Amino acid sequence: MQIFVCVKHVPDSAVHIHIIDNHHIDENIGFLINPYDEHAVTEAVRIRDAHPGSEVIAVCLGKQDAEKTLRSAMAMGADRGILIQSEKYHDSIETALALKTAIEHDGSPVLIFTGKESIDDQGMQTQFRMGALFDFPVATNVVRLEILSDKALVDTEFSGGVVNTYEMTLPCIIGAGRGLNTPKYPTFPDIMKSKKKPVQTLLFSDLKIQTPAARMEVVELIPHLQKRQPRALTGNAVETAQKILHILKHEAKVL
Amino acid sequence: MIKPVGVIMELENGMVKDANMGMITLARQKDTILYALTMDGPAGAMKEKLSAFGISNIIEIKLAEDLRHNPDVRAKAVMEVVKKFNLSAVFGLSTARGKDLLPRIAALLGSPLVMDCFHVDLEKNMAETSRYSGKTLARIKVTGPVPVFGIRPNAKEPVREQASAGIIQFDAGSIVSKQLRVVKTSETGKGSKISLAEAEVIISGGRGMKNKENFILLSQCAEKLNAAVGASRVAVDSGWVPYAMQVGQTGEKVSPKVYIACGISGSIQHFAGMKTSGMVIAVNLDETAAIMSNCDYYAVADALEIIPELTKILGKS
Ligand SMILES: Cc1cc2nc3c(=O)[nH]c(=O)nc-3n(C[C@H](O)[C@H](O)[C@H](O)COP(=O)(O)OP(=O)(O)OC[C@H]3O[C@@H](n4cnc5c(N)ncnc54)[C@H](O)[C@@H]3O)c2cc1C
Ligand SMILES: Nc1ncnc2c1ncn2[C@@H]1O[C@H](COP(=O)(O)O)[C@@H](O)[C@H]1O
Repeated sequence: MQIFVCVKHVPDSAVHIHIIDNHHIDENIGFLINPYDEHAVTEAVRIRDAHPGSEVIAVCLGKQDAEKTLRSAMAMGADRGILIQSEKYHDSIETALALKTAIEHDGSPVLIFTGKESIDDQGMQTQFRMGALFDFPVATNVVRLEILSDKALVDTEFSGGVVNTYEMTLPCIIGAGRGLNTPKYPTFPDIMKSKKKPVQTLLFSDLKIQTPAARMEVVELIPHLQKRQPRALTGNAVETAQKILHILKHEAKVL
Repeated sequence: MIKPVGVIMELENGMVKDANMGMITLARQKDTILYALTMDGPAGAMKEKLSAFGISNIIEIKLAEDLRHNPDVRAKAVMEVVKKFNLSAVFGLSTARGKDLLPRIAALLGSPLVMDCFHVDLEKNMAETSRYSGKTLARIKVTGPVPVFGIRPNAKEPVREQASAGIIQFDAGSIVSKQLRVVKTSETGKGSKISLAEAEVIISGGRGMKNKENFILLSQCAEKLNAAVGASRVAVDSGWVPYAMQVGQTGEKVSPKVYIACGISGSIQHFAGMKTSGMVIAVNLDETAAIMSNCDYYAVADALEIIPELTKILGKS
């Protein structure tokens, strides 16, 4: 069976972001595979290994540099990669169209994995857009997955540790949550092997995607200003606790 | 032009959650008439409360009883309502449930969607949300039919405006899902813990809490404060608390009125989840920890001493 994993090339979470001309970031920083997509790759590889004859194909829409993220996915076990290359920014509506077109070109998916969200756009929706385009069922924030003969059983996590179990027909789309598995850091031989795995590059423009009617466009990025003026609470434990109580009551007014 | 706007109500234990009121306040804009959509309870019971916040109509969506929890069925029902009442925009809460519902609705409608909004301007079709794991704010222009907005709980202070809500029944009992079946739901029971995303006060612990047992000190204090308990990733990875309690870039994004950080250093990834809090109070042994220079109040102190003391005096007051 063919298992596709969508992986996004995103700015390293640990770096500071600099905004240029109001709505772009300075991209001269480290980029990595989106953390949730690591869980997606890990699960895809696990399912492949349990189903002999299967293959895992990592797909990414991004700039040329995004090949690195495909290499990371392959170092984690994906068999090959597809880079849909574009130097432009695409919103999740266009992204889903591009991913769908490339996947369809390549073969016939039984499972498509994504992360539950990308940490740069925080869109939380690409998986559902693809679901609507393919007419496949979707579950997001999946923390457990079981593949039965013609369906998938998934646990999805809600806040407060609440879990729902869904049964979906195959093919389906799985948005990986953090609880799904523990990604392994690739070993040096894994990394060396990944360099030899094939990556096919498609140009976004070659996919002939019609511009959708609906659009989301970032018109302005504003740094989260830290305007806080820290004031010290001094004294012994009793006095400090009393001061906190006073603040909660009279300043924050939450009591 | 009058804009009919749908606002999806989230209920808990049969009650309209307070977080809905802030969302309604945000949706109430120039020339809007507000339709509250409910799939989980009789409209009659919420009429008074919703009227007080300017809702004109409550649409009581009747789903097939055994499909009530099916997110695919719920999304299709909302789509039918959007079409029937010609709604020009849809609002819902960006809670865990919202994250499983709103993107389905937008995908079905082919609508633009912005999740986790702090602000929405329906005249300019502009939403404000966060990007780059909370490091920046972004203004996002949406184009296309029936935009869907996921609203971050607590993003707006609820403001009353009296209206008199009418009740409309909408039968969606024939909507089914061929592809997705709900096998099991574990609904939050009565007296369940306050959800992180919606809490007005959060008290969080990090590595400085040292072990699982010490998190009980936080729960005891939280109970007195009517607060939710959060955690840093270190506390989660150490197995002291479940992942659902993690605040940060790869955890919950929260905006409580007060965030009390105990034994948390204030990493960039932790800040990504709580920097929009109203007030931040830090208790840390190390005066040079990042959080100490990026909060409203700090105590250079042992959280394991301060928190039990706070619990004690809260009990008295
Ligand atoms: C991709 C990625 C995603 C991440 N996502 C998240 C996330 O979502 N959330 C998150 O929190 N982290 C996240 N992290 C981890 C983050 O980088 C930090 O490692 C983590 O936040 C540190 O947790 P901490 O503050 O509890 O621990 P530390 O940084 O070790 O800080 C502990 C603090 O406790 C203080 N202390 C010790 N004892 C006491 C005491 N008795 N009383 C008071 N203070 C005391 C110390 O002075 C210290 O400042 C992520 C990292 C990566 C790479
Ligand atoms: N440009 C992209 N290339 C590949 N996958 C993507 C891309 N954008 C989003 N995705 C996938 O969709 C998921 C959700 O992204 P988002 O809707 O942006 O939060 C991500 O975790 C990825 O798996």
